[in-house]
Amino acid sequence: MGADGDATGPGQPDPASAAGPETPATAGAAVPGVPSPEQPRAADAATPDPATPADPGPPDSSSPPGPPGSSGLPGPPGSSGLPGVSGSRAPGGPLLSLVHAAKAFGAVRAVVDASIDLHGGEAHALVGENGAGKSTVVKMLAGVHQPDEGELLIEGQAAVLTGPAAAQAAGIAVIYQEPTLFPDLTVAENIFMGRQPLVAARRIDRRAMRAQAADLFERLGVQLDPGRIARGLSIADQQIVEIAKALSLEARVIVMDEPTAALSAAEVARLFDVVRTLRAAGAAVLFISHRLEEVFEICQRVTVMRDGRTVLARELAGLTADDLVRAMVGRDMPQRATGERSQPGDEVLRVERLAREGVFIDISLHVRTGEIVALAGLVGSGRSEVARAIFGIDRYDAGKVTVGGTELRKGSPAAAMAAGIGYVPEDRRQQGLVMDMSIQQNVALASLARLRQGGLIRSAAERAFATDWAQRLRLRYGRLTDPVSTLSGGNQQKVVLAKWLGRHPALLIVDEPTRGIDIATKADVHELLVRLAGEGIAILMISSELPEVLHIGDRILVMREGRLTAEYSHEEASEEKIMSAATGQLEHSK
Amino acid sequence: MSATVDTRQETAGGPPHISSRRLTERVFRVRESGIIVVWIVFVAITVSIEPRFASQQEAQFILANTTIFALLALGETMVIVSRNVDLSIGSVVGLSAYTSASLFGKTHGIPIVVVFLVGLGIGLAVGVANGLMVAIGRVPSLVVTLATLYIVRGLDILIVGGNEVVAQTLPNAFIEIPRAGVYGVPYLAIAIAVVIGIGAYYLRSYRSGRDLYAIGSNPEAARLAGIAVGRRVFTAFAVSGAIAGVAGVLWAAQYQTVDSNAGTGYELTVIASVVVGGVAIFGGSGSAVGAAIGALLLQTINSALYVLGISPFWDQAIAGALLLAAITLDRIISLRLTAALRRRSAGVGT
Repeated sequence: MGADGDATGPGQPDPASAAGPETPATAGAAVPGVPSPEQPRAADAATPDPATPADPGPPDSSSPPGPPGSSGLPGPPGSSGLPGVSGSRAPGGPLLSLVHAAKAFGAVRAVVDASIDLHGGEAHALVGENGAGKSTVVKMLAGVHQPDEGELLIEGQAAVLTGPAAAQAAGIAVIYQEPTLFPDLTVAENIFMGRQPLVAARRIDRRAMRAQAADLFERLGVQLDPGRIARGLSIADQQIVEIAKALSLEARVIVMDEPTAALSAAEVARLFDVVRTLRAAGAAVLFISHRLEEVFEICQRVTVMRDGRTVLARELAGLTADDLVRAMVGRDMPQRATGERSQPGDEVLRVERLAREGVFIDISLHVRTGEIVALAGLVGSGRSEVARAIFGIDRYDAGKVTVGGTELRKGSPAAAMAAGIGYVPEDRRQQGLVMDMSIQQNVALASLARLRQGGLIRSAAERAFATDWAQRLRLRYGRLTDPVSTLSGGNQQKVVLAKWLGRHPALLIVDEPTRGIDIATKADVHELLVRLAGEGIAILMISSELPEVLHIGDRILVMREGRLTAEYSHEEASEEKIMSAATGQLEHSK
Repeated sequence: MSATVDTRQETAGGPPHISSRRLTERVFRVRESGIIVVWIVFVAITVSIEPRFASQQEAQFILANTTIFALLALGETMVIVSRNVDLSIGSVVGLSAYTSASLFGKTHGIPIVVVFLVGLGIGLAVGVANGLMVAIGRVPSLVVTLATLYIVRGLDILIVGGNEVVAQTLPNAFIEIPRAGVYGVPYLAIAIAVVIGIGAYYLRSYRSGRDLYAIGSNPEAARLAGIAVGRRVFTAFAVSGAIAGVAGVLWAAQYQTVDSNAGTGYELTVIASVVVGGVAIFGGSGSAVGAAIGALLLQTINSALYVLGISPFWDQAIAGALLLAAITLDRIISLRLTAALRRRSAGVGT
């Protein structure tokens, strides 16, 4: 426990306490740690102490003197460095703060009360479960969203970022997991687009542009040819290009949104060297990652978010991975009434050693009648891809899928439907519904064969069919002939469910069934799924919401990076266990 | 073209990847020299079959046809590079050709410059309308310019009626424009070559020119990079329209007899030239010089088939086949290049 352990404010869950139900964090919990001029010691002893930028210890001793005409690039500490940063580093003052920010999208409150302080020379981790509000915080810092409440302070001054350009001008750069570059243009041009160095008659000075790009790469300590086109760059290299661009823009705050998710170990190591270089030059780095071991490797300070709130903000020194996991998941758990569940019956779906190169591997699972099997894991762990492969939308390279004892032809949704599988996709607006068609038509869409007479769809039959299902699912609607786009998200989801239920499926695959749905309808959908299971349907549910997984899942499978890493029964599952399996802390702690 | 610039002079910048740069460079250089090779082979084969093809008269004829298409290709290149397309240019050529040439009959002694300005104005007006609808109205350019293709052609038919402009009404100085020259090379061809050179240089070496490539390469990234996407796209359409207007006046001077069919179908020939010349149909790469060479190739084929006495049907079929070949080649090059670059970065990255 570091010297600043008390600075986290009231309401902060004691990391040492048990993982039981906790009171939801109050606003008081969001008080960030008091900045300390000498925090980052324990976490990263390998690099020079960034709190003392005058310290002559260049991380990149090969850097030449500042490039001629370069626009204030961060040099090694001791050289001219980042003008804006070293000059503005009033002792302990954060470069950028988000103070009690809130942001809602319609009825969904993505961020309730988030506070975060970014200090120059520090790498700051932002961690939390899927849906905790991290991405929304990133987008507020990037100028994509403006907070509904609370404010953004840049060097202590209130600021409003009206858009990405304003954030850029304010010295904030965001590096996304998969950067958007210009594939046909050179690396150098990607960095300097719109800001190319000019010579006489406002012509672009390509040589200077390349030299400056090469210089940036040298400062970052990476090898990348500025003259090649961006097409074909690995994601790691694309991120480097974005970081070089951030440097050339004199960004003082660099936000990296899950930068390591798609990188190999060697690439991660290189990225971390770059982060250390940035830190040493006085920049503030916000590092978002699900891999806690990376957080401990590179960061000095951490902010944990849960349910849209900041629940922990302090120096990382003295914390353990378990402390972070507890802070990420600790919340009131809605308990499920288990009594009414029927015993699972015969096996409906069997998946054996399913694999798709680079996406998932060695996936074996089964689902029985009357059983809800929840597939948990982080976004990007391959869950949806497995579901799509089972339903035949995507191909798979190896393994087999059996439904009711018969092997399913791969790559054919029609075969999957004929075998009795229904698939409710993650993105219901794009993939699950025809938004401009009526409720009635959408409900009937998958059952047209049964409503057909002599090649024509009988409207009366369609209406009776839709009315029946609307009542059974307690759909709230105006008229059945209204376009489905007029319904709320929850009711749209019911329409998608009705569409598949009309076919009396043996197996229903639901991907994120309650995403973007208000709480009340969420409970409705949960109840409906449990009821369907009670009626003997086998359900495979993908969900990123742990309460939901724990609430209605009879068995819980956890995926991490394309593999199944754990299986828990309803009784033995807990948020901690699932999060550990999903983030790799299982192996970590072994 | 976009990636081939002066890399030889600059070796101090990044020694580690010279090999991969050479690779890109080579492929891009090949892309344009490849068309020239095809052109040379084609001319050689034709001459060996029919020696009359190697006459000065024939060369002049091809050059005269090429100038107008090459000029149109410059404007179309700007539009296509930004991931748009301008289908209205053929109709603009027709309207501009009739309107400007008929001025000579109506107003005796009208200065030729004024006639050119009228043609340019007509083209600019259509280009501005296209640009506004695409940039501000956010309507896909394919739809917008298909509409203006019909509207402008309709307007042309309405104005022309059953009339036509005939050579007798045109002043000699006007008719001489495409014909005057030195050593059989028309001044006009030289002037247009210079204009295309300037246009290509602008696209390559000025920020606003590079913006067009950026927009075509990744519109979303262009927006994020703070590029004024709407304004740039608007300008490209305005310039393309203005160029088509001027080309219409030149068309009248070249062919002298103008009815309501003038320029019909030119847009497709021009787009074919641009794509054969190595401009990616979905934007982001290619050059105006390549597009001009593409126009030269297509016009040469056109003339050669005529000289060889082959049915004009083959002309269109060959143009189509070339188009397919160009697109296939682009696709193969792009895939190969991506794979090669990926291998290289993988090799160095680890």
